[in-house]
Amino acid sequence: MALLERINAAARKKVFSLQEAFILAWNAIRFIFVPPFYREDVIQQMDSIGVQSLGIVVLTGFFTGMVLALQSAVQMQRFGATTYVGSLVTASMIRELGPVLAGLMVAGRVGSGIAAQIGSMRVTEQIDALNVMGTDPIKKLVTPRLIAALLMLPALTVINDVAGIFGGNVIAKFYLQLPTSLYWATVWDQISNGGFVLRFIPNDFVHGLIKPFVFGGIISLTACHFGLRTTGGTEGVGVSTTRTVVTASILILVTDYFITQALLALLPS
Amino acid sequence: MTDRDDDHDAIQTERVRAAIRDEIQADEDRDDSPPPHGAPVIELRDVWLAFDRPILEGVSFAARKGETVTVVGESGTGKSTIVKLILRLLVADRGEVFIRGKDIEKVTYEEALKIRQRMGMVFQSSALFDSLTVYENVAYPLREHTNLSDDEIGERVREKLRFVDLDPDEVTQLAPSELSGGMQKRVGIARGLAANPGIMLYDEPTSGLDPLTTGIITNLIMKLQRELHVTSVVVTHDIRSAFRMSSKIALLHDRHIVFFGSPEEMAASDDKYIQTFLGGY
Repeated sequence: MALLERINAAARKKVFSLQEAFILAWNAIRFIFVPPFYREDVIQQMDSIGVQSLGIVVLTGFFTGMVLALQSAVQMQRFGATTYVGSLVTASMIRELGPVLAGLMVAGRVGSGIAAQIGSMRVTEQIDALNVMGTDPIKKLVTPRLIAALLMLPALTVINDVAGIFGGNVIAKFYLQLPTSLYWATVWDQISNGGFVLRFIPNDFVHGLIKPFVFGGIISLTACHFGLRTTGGTEGVGVSTTRTVVTASILILVTDYFITQALLALLPS
Repeated sequence: MTDRDDDHDAIQTERVRAAIRDEIQADEDRDDSPPPHGAPVIELRDVWLAFDRPILEGVSFAARKGETVTVVGESGTGKSTIVKLILRLLVADRGEVFIRGKDIEKVTYEEALKIRQRMGMVFQSSALFDSLTVYENVAYPLREHTNLSDDEIGERVREKLRFVDLDPDEVTQLAPSELSGGMQKRVGIARGLAANPGIMLYDEPTSGLDPLTTGIITNLIMKLQRELHVTSVVVTHDIRSAFRMSSKIALLHDRHIVFFGSPEEMAASDDKYIQTFLGGY
């Protein structure tokens, strides 16, 4: 009986937490359209989430592109198909690795930062102080971070994709001795063969930019949710930070699968 | 400085104080349904609250205009909960909490935010925003909720910092982490006072401070009552400060208010628990 009661209590706690997360998400989205608008906070967060993540995103994309080209070159050399390295790197980066890697990197770097900052504000009563001064903490803290993440994740993903394709180019040129013009021709072939939406926007780009938009929402809302629920002093801040990174990473990977399924059904190549 | 300069400064200071009192009064007069004359500014009526265990049972007390009511009691008896109920950060299971005659439990969330803007709060941990400077902290409620110009905000911030005996030229650009505990508390009071609220709430304002700084903070709370006629509710376990600054003291014990009266009445009480709590003070 005691075991059943414990399971029941744990399940209720999880459901309650999920309900809180959805209410937080709803309010954060609703407040995007309700004044006052904290423009300065949005710009500050865009700098923190976007500009300051540039280094890690470029580095990750560049080396992933290099590894992709290197691994595929080894296999392709057996069939004499090394000219298609550009095509393979482009498809992998734009459709899949670019969005997911940028998402995971930002979840680690920015998600943990947001959770730690809001968690510290919670345990030092700064969130209560906002409430007491008649400011809604969701509007002041969560909505600017959500807007910034929604805008910056797609931008970071494009930069990650480009860095990856350049990384592939380095391997193609110096390891496979492929002419750069040939490499970029295969890159364009891949992009154009995927088909276009509204005649101009490559399908691969649509695939690649819808995902980071969703991931931006996941990262910012997960981090704010755990940050606002922080209890137990500095130890609690550490717990919230870890939970944010783990939960956001899992959600990114799971959501990625379902978005891919949906996009393949809606926008077949 | 000549005597004439001193007189001039004193007159100027009194003019500022009078202007603040007028502003507080004008703010209260703007109420859609102002409370009857002489009615309590803050009133708790038969308030019950429980989380996983009962916290408050049948708690009632009132603070009239210009009074300082101090809630004292042992640690963990729910003193801070009372402040959260007044601010409607928590909602009572039963009973009513009136602020200027309005039942704060029955207003919408947006209305509650507006009511809170007319109260100042000083937190146990000061709760200064650590990403902002002292100036920005004190200016925060003014920037958020008033249409004052930058110059007016600057003047108001300096005036509030001077009121809490801090030199604006020395502290405005400092980060909260660069201040001592006592200075942080004083900046917290200045921030609470920035919007000239008619109600001030204090959660353990002297906790963790040395006796000298405790005296300074207590004097400041008394100065607010004396010069600006602000209504205050103070939560503390510091009985010495409570006796100095309170118009009324409410003693919380075992989920109930077991005493509500003046410090003199409390000292004269022959109730065994009260005498034990006072510990011979």
